[in-house]
Amino acid sequence: MRKNSRLSPYPIIAAALFAVVLMSSGCTPKINHTKGVYMLVDTSGTYTEELNKAKAIINYLLGTLAPGDTMAVARIDTGSFSEKDIVAKVTFDQRPSVANTQKRAFQKQVDGFVSSVAGSSHTDISGGLLQAVEYLNEAGSGQKYVLIFSDLKEELARGHIRDVPFQLEGFHIVALNVTKLRDDIRDPKNYMQRVDQWRDKTESGGGSWRVINDLERLDNMFSL
Amino acid sequence: MPDATILFNITPVPFLSVLVWIFLSILAMYFARRPFHDSMGSLGRVIYNAMRVSAASVKIAQQRLEARNREVLLAAGIEHAERRTEREFERISTAVERNLEGYPQLQRQLREDLLKLEDDYRNTAEIPQGLSDWVKVIDAIAGIKPSGDPLVANLLEDIHNTLKEQHKMALEGHRKAVSDRHGILSRMVPQWRATDKTLKGIEKAISDLTGRSQAVDQCIADYETVRTHTDIAERQLSSSSLTQFFTSGLVLGIFVIGAIINFNLVALPMSEMVGGASYIGAFKTSDVAGIFIVCLEVVVGIFLMDALRFTRLFSVIGCLDDKKRTWFFFILLAMLTILAGVESSLAFMRDRIAADMEALRQSLAGIEPSAVAASKIPTIGQMILGFILPFILTTVAMPFETFISSSRTVLGMAGAWALRALAFLLRLAGNLGYYLGRLVVNVYDLIIFPALWLEALVLRKMNAAPSMQKAEKDRKAPKKKSMTLVEETAPCEKTAD
Repeated sequence: MRKNSRLSPYPIIAAALFAVVLMSSGCTPKINHTKGVYMLVDTSGTYTEELNKAKAIINYLLGTLAPGDTMAVARIDTGSFSEKDIVAKVTFDQRPSVANTQKRAFQKQVDGFVSSVAGSSHTDISGGLLQAVEYLNEAGSGQKYVLIFSDLKEELARGHIRDVPFQLEGFHIVALNVTKLRDDIRDPKNYMQRVDQWRDKTESGGGSWRVINDLERLDNMFSL
Repeated sequence: MPDATILFNITPVPFLSVLVWIFLSILAMYFARRPFHDSMGSLGRVIYNAMRVSAASVKIAQQRLEARNREVLLAAGIEHAERRTEREFERISTAVERNLEGYPQLQRQLREDLLKLEDDYRNTAEIPQGLSDWVKVIDAIAGIKPSGDPLVANLLEDIHNTLKEQHKMALEGHRKAVSDRHGILSRMVPQWRATDKTLKGIEKAISDLTGRSQAVDQCIADYETVRTHTDIAERQLSSSSLTQFFTSGLVLGIFVIGAIINFNLVALPMSEMVGGASYIGAFKTSDVAGIFIVCLEVVVGIFLMDALRFTRLFSVIGCLDDKKRTWFFFILLAMLTILAGVESSLAFMRDRIAADMEALRQSLAGIEPSAVAASKIPTIGQMILGFILPFILTTVAMPFETFISSSRTVLGMAGAWALRALAFLLRLAGNLGYYLGRLVVNVYDLIIFPALWLEALVLRKMNAAPSMQKAEKDRKAPKKKSMTLVEETAPCEKTAD
């Protein structure tokens, strides 16, 4: 009898632990852990020479993203607010082996795009950003990242209106490889004004803004 | 907000204002001295008494906890001694079954050997037949001196020859009889050796049993020592518990590392089964599934050890009858083997997925795949590890049981030490409060020392005036006759004092 009375707490402790686990899992709000990454690639003018860097970034992202995450690559051209400008898009399967196959297919699509891309005459960054917001909202990702691989100099074609306020709550906008233009070298204020303008647009829309020019520090991209 | 500088402007000279304020303060403090002393004394005593009462309560709690710890410790010691004694009795039972179950057969064999030996001895005791009586007659005739008669000579020659033949036959018969007796004796040697061997076997069994009984005596003595609740037993058990606690904790730590390795083997392939993007709370479902598999292996291992009676974590399993327990053991062993097989295949799958991921990464980075990745050695190693680890994890039950049982003692001891320290701190706080009150009173008096000095001066003057008057009166009054010591003490004798 003595042994029974001594050992009886084990089932009680086990039941209590089980209850705690159930309660903790039940009480915790359901969090969406998936990431959605939409990369806008500038194809205007001389920036097409930088596309190999964009390819390296995309490869890095493919290696980083996990099953369940969403990724899309779209070009920035004269009118970027269009699904036609999406070069490749995918939501990775839950199974890692299938996700790896999808990543390989995605990589091939991007390779094909980089090798055959033609430069555009205008740079509609705002349209691309609006398209990115729309796409990621539809994808329903938990963390939303829009990567803008561009010099951030917007040149809209005649008749294009982009004075729509951005709705960027929950979005992280990351500007990558923001190259300095000739005018910027002469007067750095131009570069600063350009970056600040986009920062203001993003932050006024409720999003967060970062600039990563050193591509060796891409591992900090998702540290927000 | 009122300006504080106004305090320094009550007189035209600030220094004088300060002096006035000091004087007034000292005066106020002097008049408030008695109530302040009383209140500080009361506060000190309140703190002191409250802390003493609390310390006494904590002390009682500590004593109760120590008594409870002692009970638990001795109960554990008794249980341990019981288990040891039980085990020794089981060993004795096994030894008796092994050595003495064939004792009747052994006894019969010994008796048969002894009877054979006795028969042989009896056979060897038979004396060979001697020469016949008529030989003596012939011998006497043969001893007659020859008289020259040829008839007598021939007769005597014949007698001599006959006697020689008879002698030869008798000698041969004697030799044969002696040879037969030697044969019987030589046949007795193996029987002696067999008997000696049998006796040595019995001696060994008896000495084994004696050793076992001495071990049982030692166990019983230990049991008695614990049962009589001696301090020595308590000290020994405490020391043993501490050693067991730290040793089993160390071993458990090693097992935890093993479990983590095991978890890493199964977590990645689990994502292939349950999905890599689903979560339970803040944890990945694949990770939870991996932990579940590892925990399942540990639980099966604990049950297995209980079924083998190596541990007694679940008394229900230990109390099962032997047949059911054996069935339970084999069922658990089968489950564990299945789990080990599953884990081994998961380890294989993990290796495949990891290789695929590595190939993808290399492809993304534009690197040629290395030849090392194609080797099968890591795959086989992981599969073997995946199969062996569940079986190794089963033994965690033993250090776990020791850890649980010893942690009760260690926690109890730690609790008693904590209560003792708390009681000391409370007593210290009580004394500090009391003496701090007295210190404040003394500091208060130090601040108002001018007023106290004046008070003492005035009192001395006031006391001095009546004493001077009394001295003057005494000087004027006629001197009393000096009394002897007996007279001085006389009034005291009359009183009740």
